Amino acid sequence: MIEPVLRVEKLSKSFAGVRALDDVSFDVRPREVLGLVGENGAGKSTLLKVLAGVLHADRGRIIVRGTPVSPANVAAAAAFGIGIVFQEQAVLPNVTVAENILLGHEHRAVRAGFYDWRTLYARAAAQLDKLGAGISPSTLTATLSFAERQLVEIARALSLEERTRHEPIILFDEPTSMLDANGIETVLRQIERLRQRASVVFVSHRLDEVLRVSDRICIMVNGRCVATRDRAVCNIADLQRLMLGRELDAKYQRQPLSTHGPKVRLSVRALGRRNSYHGVSFELHAGEVLGIAESAGSGGKTLCRTLFGAERADTGEIVLDGRPVRVREPADAVRLGVGYVPAERRLEGIVGGLGVRENMTLAHLDELRRGPFIDLAKERQVVKSWIERLRIRTPTADAPAHDLSGGNQQKVVLAKWLIGQKLKVLILDHPSRGLDVGAKAELFALIREFARAGLGVLLVADTVEEVMALSDSIIVMKDGVVSGRFPASAAKPSRLQILERMV
Amino acid sequence: MTPGNHQGPVGSRPAVTGPELRSWAPLLALIVLCLGFGFAGPGFATLENLWTVADRSAIPLILAVGTTFVILQGSIDLSIEGVMAVSSLTFAMSVLNDRTGLDLGVFGLVLATFAGAGLGLLSGLVTTYLRVPSFMVTLGVWSASTGIAMLLSGDQPPLIKDPMLHALGLGRSFAVPNLFLVAVTVVLLGYALQSYTRFGRYSMVIGGGEDRARLLGLPVDRYKVLAFTFAGLLSGLGGALESARIGLGHADIGVGQTFATITAVVIAGTSLGGGRGGVLQSAVGTLTLAVLTDGMIFAGISPYAQKAVQGALILLAVLVTTWPLRSRLRIVK
Repeated sequence: MIEPVLRVEKLSKSFAGVRALDDVSFDVRPREVLGLVGENGAGKSTLLKVLAGVLHADRGRIIVRGTPVSPANVAAAAAFGIGIVFQEQAVLPNVTVAENILLGHEHRAVRAGFYDWRTLYARAAAQLDKLGAGISPSTLTATLSFAERQLVEIARALSLEERTRHEPIILFDEPTSMLDANGIETVLRQIERLRQRASVVFVSHRLDEVLRVSDRICIMVNGRCVATRDRAVCNIADLQRLMLGRELDAKYQRQPLSTHGPKVRLSVRALGRRNSYHGVSFELHAGEVLGIAESAGSGGKTLCRTLFGAERADTGEIVLDGRPVRVREPADAVRLGVGYVPAERRLEGIVGGLGVRENMTLAHLDELRRGPFIDLAKERQVVKSWIERLRIRTPTADAPAHDLSGGNQQKVVLAKWLIGQKLKVLILDHPSRGLDVGAKAELFALIREFARAGLGVLLVADTVEEVMALSDSIIVMKDGVVSGRFPASAAKPSRLQILERMV
Repeated sequence: MTPGNHQGPVGSRPAVTGPELRSWAPLLALIVLCLGFGFAGPGFATLENLWTVADRSAIPLILAVGTTFVILQGSIDLSIEGVMAVSSLTFAMSVLNDRTGLDLGVFGLVLATFAGAGLGLLSGLVTTYLRVPSFMVTLGVWSASTGIAMLLSGDQPPLIKDPMLHALGLGRSFAVPNLFLVAVTVVLLGYALQSYTRFGRYSMVIGGGEDRARLLGLPVDRYKVLAFTFAGLLSGLGGALESARIGLGHADIGVGQTFATITAVVIAGTSLGGGRGGVLQSAVGTLTLAVLTDGMIFAGISPYAQKAVQGALILLAVLVTTWPLRSRLRIVK
């Protein structure tokens, strides 16, 4: 039996009465990649945060190479050789890459408070070289792409090697959820390389990734570690069954559209925006989900933001319920009954400091008014009913929205628009990004349910699977123009047919 | 290993023209302003006037350097006027003067500067350890220290009798006003602090993401206290030097300086939210304000209209410097 580098024994942690971790136990062996999977809210992020010293466990032990430890903060965890790559990036945009990598442990590079930039750059470059990343350490971090910043974070975690005599234990909290295909590939390759110099705990929602890089996979359900499997003896279906305690049912599949009302909700005519898209026309009917499939940067996302007033169109016309409208800013869109669920949930979807209730009613306080005041009783009642209707898992209606899991946050964003009495069109920008299979299936079912009630739903996504799972009609965009149309009346297109027109 | 030479392996590098352009815009604006006044009429573009502007901007430059670090960290210092008042009185009453029997000479300058540092330290400690927002704390320190200065002053402000200090405040070395030389030294020192010391770099880090800095276990509070102390020290120096120039200690010596300083720091692109900007930008901002005030006299703008014109130009400057950030719906924090 190999001595584990990290052993977790009966770790428990509660937030406001909700059990996030419930007697979790597992081992990480030297130079092993341990995959950690589970639904949103299963406790994966909490577990990593406890290990990294960001949160503190209520009970239980963390044992690093035979010694029980209880890291007080990230720096203390680092001293034990535990480094973390955060889900939301923790790099500072306004300083150089080198400073980010060595922040807090500049050592030789700072003498008596004075920076020796040459040494600092050289030491940072050594970390970046381990990753084979061609990033200059003197670059201002803000100028890097998202994927490059992720590499900077990994380099930061790797710099632990210099400080401990042992190989580091590196925790990855969904490092791929915000990356495109290229970025994902880079990160996965790095994790595979790390196996030669570190132990890794890897959390991802994409089960194929987990199966690819992990040696063993630990499955978490409701704050417990319910099973650990060797990669060799399990497949995606096994993991899904273990995670959900059931087979994924049919609601994830495309369903035939019920009554396709003849009413056109939204009609877009020859819409164009310089350097983004041009000549885009389509019609969105009541009760229809129209999916735009595109690879990133093909204009579909910007088009959606235009329809919500977040960007401006240069040419063309937008017609809503038969009337030409001008959408200059989001307030116009809200007034006209257009809702937008943004891709950047944490930045644009929810207001982190506010509670679930405030987030939900933010855009439609007008409808909850009594004279100049907000009718608080009515607000509470409306919020309560939506929490139940969308099955939002939150301790109370006033819990801070940023404490919810990703899937539940997304439901809050959805509720924000559904609350509106006159909602006509709902625009979804990569709605399932960062959500696990269970949350995704639930969200999709909700969206279809509301579409059938007469909404027009416009969806933009960069994976064909997501578009196909949800849409009645599909248009494909490439280089700013519509390159393919698959109306609901025609036969359902194959994955290949869509991909062909995307690239 | 020059920045930009390496192309990242993944993703595309966003255009850097925005921020690059922005950092040069204030300097460009200053040059345009100088050219404009130069062509507007005779008198502005003379060596003598250059030294007038230099002399006028000396004290504001010193104040701006200290305030820059506080603002870089995302805090604010509203106590400048009060600190200057205390240091002015401390200075005037500890050198050769008509009120006390002391004659400390240059040590009086040191004493006054340390009095300023002490008040800054107080602001810093209250802000960090008692967790009161710096806005409130420094407002309180401003008021309290102005009160102390008034008590010290009584109804007879002390006159400075030391000829050496008069020479320091009003004299020139190699044709350059002495105070401007001091100011340039302070600016260079500030730039070195910002670029080469942990204090300077961590100030940037704290402004860029205080929560992350704390998460990583950095001693954030210590650097915040340092920044307030440093700002207090320079406000103290400014108050003493201004006293040396006008030859007396007075509780009103710094009136108008707090907002002038913050304006100067902000118009050149240092963000009030913290994490962006720096000492050199603040220096450009200060010089811009000084040139503006001076140039308007030569341009024949009525004294009654000068305040309004200055306000309009400041608005314009802020608009220009922040224009590249105006991509709609972008979250600016």
